[in-house]
Amino acid sequence: MPQSHIMPGFRPALGFTLFYLALIVLIPLSAMLLKTLQLSLDQFWDILTNRRVLTSFKVSFGAALIAAAVAAVLGSVIAWCLVRYLFPGKKIFDALIDLPFALPTAVAGIVLATIYEPKGWIGKWVMEAIGVQIAYKPLGIVFALIFIGLPFVVRTIEPVLQEFDSAMEEAAASLGANRWQAFINIILPNILPAAITGFALAFARGVGEYGSVIFIAGNMPYVSEIVPLLIITKLEQYDYAGATAIGLIMLILSFVLLLSINGLQWWMRRRNGQL
Amino acid sequence: MSAMNPSFSHRAKPLTLNDSAWVRYTLILISLLTIGLFLILPLATVLIAAFAKGWSTYSSSLAEPDALAAMRLTLLTAAITVPLTTVFGVSAAWAIARFEFKGKNLLITLIDLPFSVSPVIAGLIYVLIFGAQGWLGPWLSDHDIKIIFAVPGIVLATLFVTFPFVARELIPLMQEIGHEEEEAALSLGASGWQTFFKITVPNIKWGLLYGVLLCNARAMGEFGAVSVVSGHIRGLTNTLPLHVEVSYNEYDFVGAFASASLLAGLAVVTLVVKTFLEWKQKQDLKAARQAAAE
Amino acid sequence: MSISLSNISKQFGAFKALDNINLEIPEGELVALLGPSGCGKTTLLRIIAGLEQADQGDVFLKGNKVTDQPVKNRQIGFVFQHYVLFRHMTVFDNIAFGLRVKPRKQRPNETEIRDKVHSLLHLVQLDWLHDRFPDQLSGGQRQRIALARALAVEPSVLLLDEPFGALDASVRKDLRLWLRHLHHELNVTSIFVTHDQEEAMEVSSQIVVLNHGKIEQKGTPSEIYDQPQSDFVSRFIGQTNVFRIEDDDHDWLKSTGIIVDDPQGVVAHVRPHNISVEKTADPGNSPVYLKDWQHLGGTIRLELNRDGHNGSATTIYAEMPNEQFKDLALHKGDRVALRIKHAHWFN
Repeated sequence: MPQSHIMPGFRPALGFTLFYLALIVLIPLSAMLLKTLQLSLDQFWDILTNRRVLTSFKVSFGAALIAAAVAAVLGSVIAWCLVRYLFPGKKIFDALIDLPFALPTAVAGIVLATIYEPKGWIGKWVMEAIGVQIAYKPLGIVFALIFIGLPFVVRTIEPVLQEFDSAMEEAAASLGANRWQAFINIILPNILPAAITGFALAFARGVGEYGSVIFIAGNMPYVSEIVPLLIITKLEQYDYAGATAIGLIMLILSFVLLLSINGLQWWMRRRNGQL
Repeated sequence: MSAMNPSFSHRAKPLTLNDSAWVRYTLILISLLTIGLFLILPLATVLIAAFAKGWSTYSSSLAEPDALAAMRLTLLTAAITVPLTTVFGVSAAWAIARFEFKGKNLLITLIDLPFSVSPVIAGLIYVLIFGAQGWLGPWLSDHDIKIIFAVPGIVLATLFVTFPFVARELIPLMQEIGHEEEEAALSLGASGWQTFFKITVPNIKWGLLYGVLLCNARAMGEFGAVSVVSGHIRGLTNTLPLHVEVSYNEYDFVGAFASASLLAGLAVVTLVVKTFLEWKQKQDLKAARQAAAE
Repeated sequence: MSISLSNISKQFGAFKALDNINLEIPEGELVALLGPSGCGKTTLLRIIAGLEQADQGDVFLKGNKVTDQPVKNRQIGFVFQHYVLFRHMTVFDNIAFGLRVKPRKQRPNETEIRDKVHSLLHLVQLDWLHDRFPDQLSGGQRQRIALARALAVEPSVLLLDEPFGALDASVRKDLRLWLRHLHHELNVTSIFVTHDQEEAMEVSSQIVVLNHGKIEQKGTPSEIYDQPQSDFVSRFIGQTNVFRIEDDDHDWLKSTGIIVDDPQGVVAHVRPHNISVEKTADPGNSPVYLKDWQHLGGTIRLELNRDGHNGSATTIYAEMPNEQFKDLALHKGDRVALRIKHAHWFN
């Protein structure tokens, strides 16, 4: 259906939208770009190749990558169970999935630290059973980011599974496929784009996450210091240039991730439309 | 949707189409363990830790002046940011869902941008503009205007992080509902505002409330961005999440978890209302689709 | 003139939806805009309403140029294809909407609104539904409520987009006649869009046939049917048998009465009822036999096969009254002779 040209209010609505977008988002973000441009290329390079900075990038990216992968697997299983099986309390579990969206990150941070610290409920048990310390180590960061990433994966896969036509499974079975073959050949190819999108969303969020991580991370420079914390540390030391340079890299990364996620979602929609 | 009851599924469907019992129970077990460890246990821990030293310690730590000031500031921040984000969301959705124009997809991407920017960056950009060494810093200090380490900075950072919340709920919803009812109202002589308030708003109300609800949760709970611009001045620029951090770092665990329990309560209420709104909106859309199909 | 359009054109991207449309519609007519889907009829209706802007050309309502007027100032009533009742309002509130959104000075008070709504509900014979919501109504009821809602503002022109398109066949029949009678009663200039030629013939006083964004013909139903001015109109309205004179068997055509020696055109279109069928005296020589026949109520449609020419069989349709068919006492397979009483010629 062609869009109607007779709807009123186009100019004021678009005008206000652009004005507010510029005021709150675009101008402040370009301020950061301008600040970085004041640095010479050498200065910029020095800041980024500093060993502490490099390590923090490694920690942030590594932890976010591992956490997103774990969340993608666990989240897929949860989405599968929520859509396909019936079990007591399913509705409540389903609603709880969004808790990491709704729970303020500071609360998540102190709670996760309390549970997984060496003396905490789970932390103590894991320590005694297999001798692994979770909190105040990079592993703690991974745990916090799994918490953060889980709902992204579940909520991306769930609708795809719901719309998935199980007649395709029946068709596969009628052609002689066993359950495992049906899963590998029919179900997996259909939910894979959603799982990858969920993974990317969890990763993007994880790289920039601050509140839920800093309490459990231990924040040891060169070991468990994440990039967002390093930015704050630099700010507190009035090293605006350093903070900005690191921030710009993070911002560019967000942009790239956002565009690739948009691409992924477009790909997903197209696939679903075709199938 | 094919939801199958484990205990009956063998009769309901032939085995080839269903997962065998051990697969089902293993997957459900993994799910429940994950949900238990990552979602339920943390929620329970908040309450247990908050009441670790009894009700009276809990209530007195919430009645502390600093805690009360933090609550007031959190409410104030939400009271300013939620309406602004809502007005922005509605006007963005109106422009995007009702009109065709060049650069629309870019605009949608830019609206989503604050979602993927680290909250720390959200704070940083305002420090670069309004901070003591920022672009406007000298001018602001000459005129004795405080933005960073003060309430305006907190509001600005919160506006940034809540920016997409209402818009991204409304855009797909309004596109799905379509503009036919609005056209009908215009053809009956209604003005633009009459059409908006009498037709558009009733049609999008559940989605709108949904966006407002999530926006409010984020506005009250934002930590990273606010942390950068607030300066952590007790009793003045600490929001409730910042008060949680300060108390925790000072080893006042009961105080930290008492404040945290309020925020966790907010999260639970948000989830309950959210589930209700999702149900309502689904019903509305179903009815609309049926009506269109007949 | 109640409605007059001059040089209306509209383009959607590369697609020319309307191409220089000129049309005059006198007061009180009930006009059908008829054409196949994609012919531009709905776009034209929406341009008259002001729901769409024409790229060029002007719209006049009651002699006033309204091209630049928004829809709310045009005093039109528009009935949407899928009714588009406001889902969150009762039937009563739906009908009252147009009155309640009037500027305060012109707005009737609540008692007047109530009287008006109830008289409209009475008019569409659905008084008892006033407190229902649209979801609780049947398709036909929704259609009548949508009409009542459009009439509430006392429009000077009533525009209906495929008003019966979404209804069951039986409900459609009833509503067509009802609309015709209602129009008699109200005498509001009305235009409705349809792709169903039967519906256009049955309901309207004037038909405008559109194709590819252009007006093919305008006239009363009988003018359109009896004197089609183009090949397209003749094919589109009613059933037609088409004979291409050049590549057809001239001897046979002559035997049916078509003038072959000095034809008036390239193709002859013959309505089924313009073919009379007789038992032939010389069955060995007739290429036409009765293949099948169908009851259409008062008339019988004969499906005649004509074998032979160019090795392919063609089907010719003829129609005759029941009684006549009975008298002929034809059986399937019987050879027949045809007489063509009247043909329309086109180039």
